[in-house]
Amino acid sequence: LGHNIHFHDKKIALLEAGPRKDYDRMPDSYSNRVSSISPGSAALLSSFGAWDHVCNLRLKPFRRMQVWDACSEAMIVFEKDDLGDMGYIVENDVIMSALTKQLDAVADRVEVFYGSRAVGYTWPLPSHSCDTSPWVQIELADGRRLQTKLLIGADGHNSVVRKEADIRNIEHWYDQSAVVATLHLSEATDNNVAWQRFLPTGPIALLPLSDTASSLVWSTSHEHASELLAMDEESFVDSINSAFWSNVNHSDFIDAAGAMFRSAISLLKPSGTAARQLPPSVAQVDPGSRAMFPLGMGHATEYVQNRLALIGDAAHRVHPLAGQGVNLGFGDIACLVHHLGAAAFNGSDLGSLKHLLKFETERQRHNVSLIAAIDLLKRLYSTRLTPLVLLRTWGLQATNALPPVKEQIMAFASK
Amino acid sequence: TMKRLFSTSHSSVDAKEMKKFQLLAHKWWDEEGEYSALHSMNDIRVPFIRDTLLSMRSNYHVGNPLSGVKILDIGCGGGLLSEPLGRLGASVTGIDPLEDNIRTADQHKSFDPVLAKRIQYKSSSLEEIVEECMETFDVIVASEVVEHVADLEMFIKCCSQVLKPEGSLFITTINKTQLSYVLGILVAEKLIGIVPEGTHEWEKFVPPEELESILESNGFSVKTVNGMLYNPLSGSWSWMESTSINYAVHAVKSGAQAQPSPTGALSEVGSEQPSATAGTAL
Repeated sequence: LGHNIHFHDKKIALLEAGPRKDYDRMPDSYSNRVSSISPGSAALLSSFGAWDHVCNLRLKPFRRMQVWDACSEAMIVFEKDDLGDMGYIVENDVIMSALTKQLDAVADRVEVFYGSRAVGYTWPLPSHSCDTSPWVQIELADGRRLQTKLLIGADGHNSVVRKEADIRNIEHWYDQSAVVATLHLSEATDNNVAWQRFLPTGPIALLPLSDTASSLVWSTSHEHASELLAMDEESFVDSINSAFWSNVNHSDFIDAAGAMFRSAISLLKPSGTAARQLPPSVAQVDPGSRAMFPLGMGHATEYVQNRLALIGDAAHRVHPLAGQGVNLGFGDIACLVHHLGAAAFNGSDLGSLKHLLKFETERQRHNVSLIAAIDLLKRLYSTRLTPLVLLRTWGLQATNALPPVKEQIMAFASK
Repeated sequence: TMKRLFSTSHSSVDAKEMKKFQLLAHKWWDEEGEYSALHSMNDIRVPFIRDTLLSMRSNYHVGNPLSGVKILDIGCGGGLLSEPLGRLGASVTGIDPLEDNIRTADQHKSFDPVLAKRIQYKSSSLEEIVEECMETFDVIVASEVVEHVADLEMFIKCCSQVLKPEGSLFITTINKTQLSYVLGILVAEKLIGIVPEGTHEWEKFVPPEELESILESNGFSVKTVNGMLYNPLSGSWSWMESTSINYAVHAVKSGAQAQPSPTGALSEVGSEQPSATAGTAL
């Protein structure tokens, strides 16, 4: 917002609980918290000059995504026709640093309060003829008071802003935790493929960081996640490799059914079935890089209220299996900036519900279907039951053979 | 009813009209209330004013497009139009004969430190400020006002006096047609109540031809006449070709010594559709 031309003489305050993160050079080891950034999100970041900083620090573009089932031979491969970048794997710290630099560039308009926390919120009364201020009042932990025409809640899935505003949140904890780690590959390779395998306990994903390193995101049951964290490094690496390579979950029936379907497809569409590639094998894990956190989904019933807007995880939370969480948030931002800019150019009161509702409608329309689809995929792939495995096997194989459908999926996910 | 050409009160303000608005003075800022149609009219009248003025300026900053422009908002009511214009950078003087309206407007702007400085409200009629404000303003807006004034000719004359040469005058008002009676009064006031009952009197509606003629004979050159349409289902306004119900006018005061042209001559300018107003979304 600070870089938007219509906000030239507006004042923005950013309350950040964490410390300032600004790097000129990244440390040699990789952070274990990374995000998959879609081309649409990269475009947003570059629209205000942050993407250049990301590129100067470090990132890894990937060209291909292979997703396959542990219970069958079914798989699907996504890649762009022109073999361009499908997305980028970027450490969260890198993004934070890039954003910090660009915030510095508009320091005359945006004031960042690091290490701050809001403890009191006073919402404006609905009546319009009262004597009290119609703005939102916020009290900080250090006693300072701020008042604002519009409060944007971007404080994550446990959003305090959302709770204080009494907005109902539909939420559901999955019985899964995600284990993250930084891994070193057995041999250097052209590491530009993102791999994901759906195990019955949850998906395991390998995201490229460099030609020798990849980031692990393994969603599995809470017990298994704790075991993975507790075991020694060698056993951990073995578990990962076997998760990707072992066929223990296959059943003959499914294999036969899958093979039959595949030959049927290859009759209709000779190029529709590609050979399944195997991901690189892992040799080592970065000591101290293993961590776990519980997973859930959530969706706020309202994204906006008078003088309030929720964005990002405060408004919606998804399973990491599709790598979409942060991109949904960036999409929210692009949309909100667009509507606020137009409102500012019309001289409107920025907290006015009219344009905030336009933002809410636009984003809910986009987000709800994606959130529902991700949740459905999570449930579909969490079972060993033969009928469902068959359904998803054939479904995946069919989708893999239909370029128009795949293109639609990629287009939607890369916004 | 006859228009009184020689008004003894020297005023374009109609006492009966004032009474009507007194009752609703505190309802101005309820966006869903009695004045909701005026709130949503901002969505077309503010871009109309903004884009017309920007097309006549060469050096402005998009973040502060109307900075340096002095605007007079006649019949400002609770300040519904003054505030957005102020936010776009203009210095606005809002006048309204009703003290209660001015009080509401002053109170509402007081919460915003930026607006409080940019906008000045005064409880006054147009005639009362003419003396001290000769050729002071770059722009005059009289939105939904001329259908309430007692003496339109004098109103326009006074506008000309306080406007700088080559300054702009923006008027939005209601046409005097059968359609405007049916929709503007029967439906709007009596049937669905989107306008408080009794607000408008069809006799005082002004057809665009008459308005243009008065403007032209008082030194103005009419640049644009655009029809406006309100959709009560969506609560939003849009532009339309026909001026048979609501319409907006942009006129420019001539730069040289204003020579009043012979009265009764209709303007030849007619309806132009300025490209700036259509689809001003960003």
